[in-house]
Amino acid sequence: MSRSRTGLPASRLTARDATAEAVAGIVQRPGRAGLTMLGTVLGVGAFVAVLGLTATGAGQISHQFTVLADTTVTVQDNGPANDVAPPDTNPAIGFPADADAIARHINGVVAAGVWWPVSLPQGTDFTGSLALAATASQTVSLLAASPGAVQAMGLTMVAGTPLSRYENDTSQHVAMIDTSTATALGISPARLASQPAIFVDGIAYTVVGVYGSAQRVVTDESAMLIPENTALADFGNPEPGIGNQDEAQLVVATRIGAAQAVARQLAGAELPADPSRLVVTSPPNPQNLQGEVSGDLAGLFLILASISLLIGAVGIANTTLVAVLERTEEIGLRRAVGARPRHIAAQFLAESTALGTLGGLIGTCIGVGTVVTFAAAKDWTAVLNPVFTLPAPLIGSVVGLLAGAYPALRAARTSPLAALQHA
Amino acid sequence: MTTPVIELRGLGRTYPGPPPVPALRPADLVIEAGDYVAVTGPSGSGKSTLLHLLGLLDAPTEGSYLLDGLDTSALNDRDRSALRGSRIGFVFQAFHLLPYRTALENVLLAELYNQTPRGARFRAAVDVLDATGLGHRLDALPTTLSGGECQRVAIARALVNRPSLLLCDEPTGNLDSRNAAALMELLDQLNAAGFTIVVITHDAGVAAHAGRTIAIIDGMLSMRIEADHE
Repeated sequence: MSRSRTGLPASRLTARDATAEAVAGIVQRPGRAGLTMLGTVLGVGAFVAVLGLTATGAGQISHQFTVLADTTVTVQDNGPANDVAPPDTNPAIGFPADADAIARHINGVVAAGVWWPVSLPQGTDFTGSLALAATASQTVSLLAASPGAVQAMGLTMVAGTPLSRYENDTSQHVAMIDTSTATALGISPARLASQPAIFVDGIAYTVVGVYGSAQRVVTDESAMLIPENTALADFGNPEPGIGNQDEAQLVVATRIGAAQAVARQLAGAELPADPSRLVVTSPPNPQNLQGEVSGDLAGLFLILASISLLIGAVGIANTTLVAVLERTEEIGLRRAVGARPRHIAAQFLAESTALGTLGGLIGTCIGVGTVVTFAAAKDWTAVLNPVFTLPAPLIGSVVGLLAGAYPALRAARTSPLAALQHA
Repeated sequence: MTTPVIELRGLGRTYPGPPPVPALRPADLVIEAGDYVAVTGPSGSGKSTLLHLLGLLDAPTEGSYLLDGLDTSALNDRDRSALRGSRIGFVFQAFHLLPYRTALENVLLAELYNQTPRGARFRAAVDVLDATGLGHRLDALPTTLSGGECQRVAIARALVNRPSLLLCDEPTGNLDSRNAAALMELLDQLNAAGFTIVVITHDAGVAAHAGRTIAIIDGMLSMRIEADHE
């Protein structure tokens, strides 16, 4: 509290009083305040809505990847650089024997394993045991799968058990089938205890498990899974090289969000000597997707939002200037009761800033409402980044503050003499 | 002897030209605490110039003006504002009430800038409105008040800080004769209660209420009538 030579405390206007005066100034003319704010409301509303809608759209696209694809990494065996295998035989599988365990050691991996489609002569029959009416089918895919791969496929068992490590290690002639194959071959899931068998190319495989649905690899086909080592013994190596229908692959189930990190480490971990032989495919990074979507159109809308903010600023500046001219008498009176020029400036600045803030708040609400309504109508998840949404009303404050600067200066320069002679 | 409320020493105001206009020629004047002084003169005589100088709304070009013994001629705008807000109460012909504020809020406005604690403002404003006879119309807007009531609100606003000087500029100019008479009675009461009052008017009837009248003609002050009823 500064004291002057007069011994009197200098005039002052506390922030609280200035705010109260500004609010009173706005509340007294609600209609005018509403119209003045319109530009700011539209500008801030458009800003929030555009950012929210693009984020929501991008979120929706990446959502399709997050559930399963975002947790799935596949590695394909592209074969050795030089084909060293003798004619009519395939080179050994690129993946090491303990590929499952190696992958499991990478942080973020839930399950991993090698599988490949077993190549069979054209028209090979899948035949149920004679006791089961010997129904035949040719539309079943025979897949070799390591225990880890079976786990990574995320199978929902209907009956029996998945293929076990023991069955793989000892090359047992066992198999898992899906429910539609079971129906086609006349195998009842409820009667697995009777050890029904399926004959493929003359070899009998005992059905130990029936699964209903799968999350990866065997999601929408009739399939019969047999242990990896059994397939190697019965049908030989798969043919490497991408584009071949039966190259060996590693399927990896990861924790959500870990796919990219896991993908970077897989090839080096599995084949340190020749990592380029393995081709790793990971889901697209959701952030890249978002960037692509919020490209052109969003940019256009943001320009429109900026223009309407500018119009809002001009609107506030204009109204505040008119108010200053209109309220000359009030300015003179305030000077007469002790206000200093800076107090007059502060009052008008506070008023325009409060108007801008209020406009920004309303605009933010409208913007958020638009995004939520749009998302609800499309049955999407509304995505609003708090980093952009929460400070949005402040855009209105800044607009109001800048718009009020010149009128406030004019008000402060108003001579109290002229103001009081006015009437 | 107490310090006079107003002491003018060769105070003059010349508006810069060309040609320069001497609105108030150097004048000496002393107004003691409790005085009731009328300043009369035809329009253009320099009444308003004297009012603005006394009200610290304008600065003199020569001489000095002591308010409560304090030489105001050397003060900067900050100190002049502080003095206006605490030592001088203005009453204008046109009332100058804020149209969208109630009677009470108009009075509170005078306490806004002078460091009155928030809690004390309301009580003081209500008390002074009671004293001017408007205790029952605290929440009325000026547009619903009569001219006489408006001027009472304006007087309440001028008095709320208990100023050293009540400066009235044609206070009855916008009032009918009945309201004008009532207002002059209120000013008489205030003077009796100890307020120092300077009324600027061209109405001889208003000037008659004052203890003494000072005439201005062409910027020259002349003491004409000394107290006849004191």
